[in-house]
Amino acid sequence: MSFTTDQNGYYGNYGGAYIPEMLHQNIQQLQDNYQEIISHPSFQKEYKTLLQDYAGRPSSLYFATRLSDKYGCKIYLKREDLNHTGSHKINNALGQILVAKHMGKKRIIAETGAGQHGVATATVCALMDLECVVYMGALDVKRQSPNVARMKMLGAKVVTAHSGSQTLKDATNEAIRDWINNPEDTYYLIGSVVGPHPYPDMVAKFQSIISEELQEQLMDKEATTDPHRILACIGGGSNAAGIFYHYLDNKKVQLIAAEAAGKGIDSGESAATSILGRDGIIHGSKTLLMQTPDGQITEPYSISAGLDYPGIGPLHAHLIKEKRLDVYPITDIEALEAAMELTSLEGIIPALESAHALGILPKLESKKNEIIVISLSGRGDKDMEAYQKYFKYAKKHPHEDLEKSFLFVP
Amino acid sequence: MKSITKILQSNNLLSIFLTAGFPTVERTIEILTEIEEYGVDFVELGMPFSDPLADGETIQQSSVTAIRNGMTLANYFEVLKIVREKTDLPIVYMGYLNQIMQYGAETFCKKCIELDIQNLIIPDLPIEVYEKEYKSLFEKHDLLISFLITPTTPEERIRKIDEMTTGFIYVVSSSSITGKKRKITKKQQKHYEKIKAMKLSKPTMIGFGIYNKETYEFACQYANGAIIGSEFIRYVAKENAAQFLTSLKA
Repeated sequence: MSFTTDQNGYYGNYGGAYIPEMLHQNIQQLQDNYQEIISHPSFQKEYKTLLQDYAGRPSSLYFATRLSDKYGCKIYLKREDLNHTGSHKINNALGQILVAKHMGKKRIIAETGAGQHGVATATVCALMDLECVVYMGALDVKRQSPNVARMKMLGAKVVTAHSGSQTLKDATNEAIRDWINNPEDTYYLIGSVVGPHPYPDMVAKFQSIISEELQEQLMDKEATTDPHRILACIGGGSNAAGIFYHYLDNKKVQLIAAEAAGKGIDSGESAATSILGRDGIIHGSKTLLMQTPDGQITEPYSISAGLDYPGIGPLHAHLIKEKRLDVYPITDIEALEAAMELTSLEGIIPALESAHALGILPKLESKKNEIIVISLSGRGDKDMEAYQKYFKYAKKHPHEDLEKSFLFVP
Repeated sequence: MKSITKILQSNNLLSIFLTAGFPTVERTIEILTEIEEYGVDFVELGMPFSDPLADGETIQQSSVTAIRNGMTLANYFEVLKIVREKTDLPIVYMGYLNQIMQYGAETFCKKCIELDIQNLIIPDLPIEVYEKEYKSLFEKHDLLISFLITPTTPEERIRKIDEMTTGFIYVVSSSSITGKKRKITKKQQKHYEKIKAMKLSKPTMIGFGIYNKETYEFACQYANGAIIGSEFIRYVAKENAAQFLTSLKA
């Protein structure tokens, strides 16, 4: 079983490029050239130098002592939160901005959910002196306002998407429409392993630096490249793709993903795509997708703007289908609790997205003496409003089961 | 039953796009029943989709309303059943691929033929996927398909699209989503001229950015006809669609 794309961009049954003809030239140009561009030694040299000197890589692999004690296993955190701009998104943004420059593009557009990809894109555009427009759903503009301010300070234009659920899906629609309207000078810098071929493969390749480093770092610390399990959160799935990448064919390593269960899988308010989704087409790619029986794409919900997406990358859909990836649905409350736990045990405030990955820990059985690596994809500064609301309420109502609370709305 | 292939052999064709279920299901049925009287040669009846990538705000908004009005693919065919009792107006199906996938492509084809839909437009079905996954199925059911070409489509690909098209070629007038109202530019005119000079083997219809008599007539010089979508929907919303259609042929 292969976990890489075929020449048409399919992972098994998933992927491909289901795009309107208006996008054909741009996508074709990328498809024909991306492999050659990114594998060229001079590209790799420039990219690796930027990752090291600008983004601050390698990101550390931190042995979380107190967290490990609590769960009776060896827990390592891959600290993508320590990268410049505060998440793994910079890995991909740096790679793609070099591709865009190579192709002579002058204007960069991007979509963003939590704002982490938007900030990363605005950052690399400032660095490369390129015009930057970021599309962001109206709801996300509100709930991730620190990142909106950062993007603006970095010189990006932030365009609010008012359609649909006003979240990541709608921001992506608007970015694609912008690209249709500006086919000549514009490069679409997608932030996750979604969209038409070649984006899922290209973004996964740029994020694969995470597992490349992990193998070496773990060898240093544990004299093995292989942990027993790797945990990561999935919205579109780019940090997961990155930390899984070099382990995809290594069946000894169990791959586990957290998806956003929002207020519960059966609540009608979640983004648990692997459980609630069926095969369909979203943003130019065939994948698992939350939709009505009639094929309208469902408006998802999660407290985490970065996971609030009704699809997943085609690679992950394929991994799930082939039973290579186990998925745990994690609710808003479970994620909030996991974030508090990491903060109090290790002094690290995680992003709400990464908190979903941490939320898997209490659910794992028989993990004694295992090595578990968790992708700490981003830091939580942007989520302080949600966290404060939570711990204020939890302090006042110490005995209330928040999962069943009608009063607490995350 | 009127053969769309036959209609496409003439010139100055006027085609209208409307979203099924907008502003109401009843109004869609009325419009479809009456529209031929206004000189409309055929209609593209859009199946509303939650995430129409190629469409501008007007069609997006009409889709939101239509979905809210309960428009599903099953109801779309119910509407056609009622319409078919009153008119044999040629109707082209326009909709995104996901809904056909969910409905089941084979059932979808049978339903189309049963309700005299002869031609399909599926904007997010590229010729490559069509050739591999849908061509033999559509051919088996004698369903025609129209593909889009845009100002950025290279000549070689236009030839390939001409070869794959079985209905008409949808000439997208400018590099944009639907619904942009602008004067026709020199660049657009060049694009029209280029397409005309290529002497394609299939009929052509120009669409996107056609919004009044002037742009319609201009487009007709370079193709078999033109398609009006967003602007018609704006007039439907203002409840003076009839006046708009009359003005086109005045």
